[in-house]
Amino acid sequence: MANGAPVISSNEGVAAKLAKSLGAAVLDTVEAYDEISFTVDRKKLPTVMDKLRDKHEYQQLVEIAGVDYPERPERFEVCYHLLSLTKNHRIRVKVTTDEDTPVPTVTHIWEVAGWLEREVFDLYGVLFDGNPDLRRILTDYGFQGHPFRKDFPLTGYVEMRYSEEAKRVVYEPVKLAQDFRSFDFMSPWEGADYILPGDEKGEEKPEDGKDKGAKT
Amino acid sequence: MADYLDEMDGITDEADPTVGDVEIQNYTINFGPQHPAAHGVLRLVMELDGEVVERLDPHVGLLHRGTEKLIENKTYLQALPYFDRLDYCSPLAMEHSYVLAIEKLLDLEVPLRGQYLRVLFAELTRICNHMLNIGAHVMDVGAMTPNIWVFEIREQCLAFFERASGARMHSAWFRPGGVHQDVPLKLLTDMADWLDEFPSFFEDAMSLVIDNRIFKQRNVDIATVSKEDAVRWGFSGPMIRGSGIAWDLRKSQPYDVYDRMEFEVPVGTRGDCYDRFMVRVEEVRQSARIMRQCLNEMPDGPVASIDRKIVPPKRGEMKQSMEALIHHFKLYTEGFHVPAGEVYVATESPKGEFGVYLVSDGSNKPYRCKIRPTAFSHLQAMDFMTKGHMLPDATAILGAMDIVFGECDR
Repeated sequence: MANGAPVISSNEGVAAKLAKSLGAAVLDTVEAYDEISFTVDRKKLPTVMDKLRDKHEYQQLVEIAGVDYPERPERFEVCYHLLSLTKNHRIRVKVTTDEDTPVPTVTHIWEVAGWLEREVFDLYGVLFDGNPDLRRILTDYGFQGHPFRKDFPLTGYVEMRYSEEAKRVVYEPVKLAQDFRSFDFMSPWEGADYILPGDEKGEEKPEDGKDKGAKT
Repeated sequence: MADYLDEMDGITDEADPTVGDVEIQNYTINFGPQHPAAHGVLRLVMELDGEVVERLDPHVGLLHRGTEKLIENKTYLQALPYFDRLDYCSPLAMEHSYVLAIEKLLDLEVPLRGQYLRVLFAELTRICNHMLNIGAHVMDVGAMTPNIWVFEIREQCLAFFERASGARMHSAWFRPGGVHQDVPLKLLTDMADWLDEFPSFFEDAMSLVIDNRIFKQRNVDIATVSKEDAVRWGFSGPMIRGSGIAWDLRKSQPYDVYDRMEFEVPVGTRGDCYDRFMVRVEEVRQSARIMRQCLNEMPDGPVASIDRKIVPPKRGEMKQSMEALIHHFKLYTEGFHVPAGEVYVATESPKGEFGVYLVSDGSNKPYRCKIRPTAFSHLQAMDFMTKGHMLPDATAILGAMDIVFGECDR
C-alpha cells in the first residue's frame, strides 16, 4: 500500500468468514479501500452485533455515523464502526432506514451507543427503538428539525440574538446580508447538465435557461 | 445544647425539630456551562445527596457549530482548516486523520520527508496538548505553580508551530499529499536543542506534583475504571491505557512512519485519575523520544507529493511555468476530485482515537464527513465514574478525561 493510512490486520478471508457466520442477516458485503462493510437486515441488527462482539471479538463500538441519501427509498444509512482490540481489525456494519422506521438499539450490547444513537437521532431524525434516553444532544434546547439532512439548508431557519428590550435571547427568521456563495466549478466538458449562459442564443430557445453556474 | 441532648435521648418534637429530625432531600445543581473547571462549555446537571454525587447528566452541544455540515459544502482543501478548530489544543493531530483519509481514498503516496515532518509535528502537538491538560488537571485539584511552569513549555511548542506554518494554533499545515511548506534547517536544530532542555524543566515541574500528598489524596482511587468497563464504554487513548490496556494506535495500527519509531506504551495499574495523569506524563517523555528519532533520521527530499493534480505547485514554479499556473488556479478553485467510496481512518490523537469517516461521491466536495470525537465516549462514562464520589472529585475526574469542547460538540 502506497498511502500512509493506518495498517490493520489482513482482511484476507475475513469478509467471507463473517458473512458465512452471520448467515441470512447479511444483505450485502463490500470490500473496498482495504475496509470491509456489511449491510445487514435492520430487524436482525441486535443479534448480528451480539454475535460480532461475543463470537468474533469485535469488542468496541467506536462510532455510529448517519448518512443521508435522499434519492433512495430508505434514505438513511446508519453505519456502525466496530473495532477488535484482540484481532487488531475494524469492520463496518450498515443498516438502512427511513424517517419513520425505527432501528433497534444496541445500547444493551454497548453502553456507549447511548449518546451515539442520540446524535444520529438529533442530526438525522433516525429513531432508535429501545434507547432509554433518546433526547437531542448537540443542537439547542427546543431546536426543531434535523440539521444534517441534505434538504436542511446550511444556514438553518432561525437565528438568535440577545434582545435588549426583552432582556433575553430571542429567535428570529434568518436574514443574511449576502447569500451563501456556492460556486459551480464543474467543467462544462465533464458533465454540466445545464445550459451555459449564452448557449441559449443558438438554434432554438430552451424553456428558461436555468443556469446554476456563473453566479458571483 | 438541649436539642442535642433531646436527640441523643431520641425525643422528637414536631414544632421544634432537632438536627436529626429534618429530612434532607437530594438536590440538583448546575455545574457550568460557564465554570473554569468545566474546561469549556459543559453543563453538568448533578443530583447531590449532601456532597455526594448521586446522578450526573452531562449536557453537551453548547459549542455545536455544524462543522460536518459545513464540510459537505466545501472542497476537500477548504474543509481542512475546520479540523484545527475541532480540538484547538491539538490542531495538527486533528488534521492528521483527515489528510490520511483523503490520501487513502486517492491512494496517494507521501514522500518520506513529508511523513517524518508530520510525525514530528504530531508528537510536538501531543506534548503541547498534554502540557495544557496536565497543567489544567493539577490546577483543578488546587495546585497553581506547576500549571504556570508547563504553560511555559506549551508556549515554546506554539512558537515552533508558528515558525513552521505562520500560525500559533490553527496551522492548517498538514495537506493532502504531505505538508504545506518545508521547515528551515534552523527550526530543526532549535527543536533538537529544545528537546535537550525542556525535559529537565518538565521533570522539575512534575516533581512538585507526582509525589505530592494532597495531589495523591485528590486523585488516587478516584473514579477507578476496570478493563471491561473501559472497553465497553469505548474508551481510547490515555483513558484506556490508564485502565491497564496497552492499546495505542501508533503501535498497533501504525500510520505514516510510526512503524519506524521506537517508543513505549505506558499503562496504568489501577485505572484511577492518578494513573491517567501519570500515563500522560510518561507520554510526554515518549513523544520527546519519537521527536529525537525523527530529527535524527529525517531524510532530505520533497515534503509533499509531486502529483500536480492534487498538490498545488510552489509560487516560484508558477512564475516560470504556465502549466503550474493552471494547476494552481484549478486546485484553488475547483479543487481535486476524489474517487467515490468510503473510508474510516483513525489516528491516535493526544486525547484518544480520533477518526474521520469520509464518504465521497466522486466530486470535489465530501458527501459526508463524520468526525469521531474522543470526548463523546469518555464524557458519557462520566455518570458512572462520578457516582458515589464527592462534588469536588468531579473536577478531578473531568480534568483527567482531557475534554475539549471544540471537538466534542463539533
